[in-house]
Amino acid sequence: MSSIISVANLSKTYGSGFKALKNVNLDIKRGEIFALLGPNGAGKTTLISIICGIANPSEGKVLVGGEDIQTSYRKARSLIGLVPQELHTDAFESVWATVSFSRGLFGKPKNPDHVEKVLKDLSLWDKKDSKIITLSGGMKRRVMIAKALSHEPQILFLDEPTAGVDVELRKGMWEVVRTLQQSGVTIILTTHYIEEAEEMADRIGVINKGEIVLVEDKATLMQKLGKKRLTLHLQNEITSLPESLGHYELDLCDSGATLVYDYDTKGERTGITSLLSDLRTAGIRFNDLDTTQSSLEDIFVDLVRTS
Amino acid sequence: MNHRAIRAIYLFEMARTWRTLLQSIVSPVVSTSLYFVVFGAAIGSRISQVEGVSYGTFIVPGLIMLSVLTQSIANASFGIYFPKFTGTIYEILSAPISYFEIVLGYVGAAATKSIILGLIILATAGLFVPLHIHHPVWMLTFLVLTGVTFSLFGFIIGIWADGFEKLQMIPMLVVTPLTFLGGSFYSIDMLPPTWRTVALLNPVVYLISGFRWSFYEIADVSVSVSIGMTTAFLVICLVTIWWIFRTGYRLKN
Repeated sequence: MSSIISVANLSKTYGSGFKALKNVNLDIKRGEIFALLGPNGAGKTTLISIICGIANPSEGKVLVGGEDIQTSYRKARSLIGLVPQELHTDAFESVWATVSFSRGLFGKPKNPDHVEKVLKDLSLWDKKDSKIITLSGGMKRRVMIAKALSHEPQILFLDEPTAGVDVELRKGMWEVVRTLQQSGVTIILTTHYIEEAEEMADRIGVINKGEIVLVEDKATLMQKLGKKRLTLHLQNEITSLPESLGHYELDLCDSGATLVYDYDTKGERTGITSLLSDLRTAGIRFNDLDTTQSSLEDIFVDLVRTS
Repeated sequence: MNHRAIRAIYLFEMARTWRTLLQSIVSPVVSTSLYFVVFGAAIGSRISQVEGVSYGTFIVPGLIMLSVLTQSIANASFGIYFPKFTGTIYEILSAPISYFEIVLGYVGAAATKSIILGLIILATAGLFVPLHIHHPVWMLTFLVLTGVTFSLFGFIIGIWADGFEKLQMIPMLVVTPLTFLGGSFYSIDMLPPTWRTVALLNPVVYLISGFRWSFYEIADVSVSVSIGMTTAFLVICLVTIWWIFRTGYRLKN
């Protein structure tokens, strides 16, 4: 897959001297959903702001669809739709007017059919004549997405799209994003919700203190860094572990009712086979067992801590 | 040229005028009518004539300029300040539109509004006093030039202001006094010689003088000086705006 966005040696130092981005290199592939994760103040919004033309870079180069964002900003920007983190809306405008305004601003001829489709896709059609000020927070968020989609962009930036949005609406929004991807739109989302990245993304980038710490396919990342946990539910509670099991680093939980064993899926030997055999030898029997994969959240916390 | 974007901004700004019709159009017309009542009828009846024109008639160009100046600044400064305040400026900055086009949209709308307003006030004045415009083309030229120049000036204030207080400060503390002292209600020839010299430092004198000349062929300073000074101010505003966009001053980090 070719890159639709290419960020090279990008740095940003604010007037205060704060270095928000340090030599960032990043390629976004055409048609993917890319999740940019990072703690507060990591540089996510600064990176997006520079790509979209809202902030000036201090150093480095950004190409969008092969066009330089500074020398060929018209072509570059017309490919992008941006949904910022904050709910910035023209309170006294109607939904229809504000979405049509965005389309005009991006130089596209009037197309009521497209605006209608966007509003219907985002379940805003019955609110088209309502003033934005009368809408709920979730609806305002969707209005902002509608504005970003009004000019048929090839790339959609969603900066914290589901911040403060209830579970049902969040799932609805994921659905919208998936449909957009199927129609060929490349999506870059930043999020605090790891489950969102886990649910949606094809690839994940982690940014911390202005530096890209890692970029990886989600599946590879989970596999590479993921740990698995084996939980054994014992038939009879035990008070302590026999010495023969001492070298396994087992945890005895639930007052001796469960045994927990963490293992690395990367390792050649997980040690599960010998553990089970040694348990039998020690006379410890179990009713049930389950394994869980560590979540992206665990991986993320680990990464940020070590960087 | 992204003409659709210019049109979108222009129409958006004009729509705001119709939405706030009372504030944008009706209130300046009412306050100007009050000036006619107070200065024209009450005080004017005690002043016979100024340079061969009745006092009520004499103040018409000054009153129009007073409104055009203040409304141009108010419209343009609010037009660009409000998106900064609400955050919707992000969309303008991320759109495929040049700085020139942004200015054309905002300043074009602000100037259109104040020119329309100037013409409404002119028509209103016609109800109070007899009017005769000697040079209608020059009258319109001055009106447009002033509307555009002070809308540009307002745009600069709107970018510079980082709070509502600052937004009001320049119009209240600088522009209104300059307009009142700029000969809206009198000829600067009526001033003592020293004050006359001081008055010539006020740029608004040149605007009002030129505009009044287009009505009655009476002027405090020569017309060419009036045009020259107005154009000079226009150029200063343009250069300032060019610098704002080049550096991203108060717009981009």
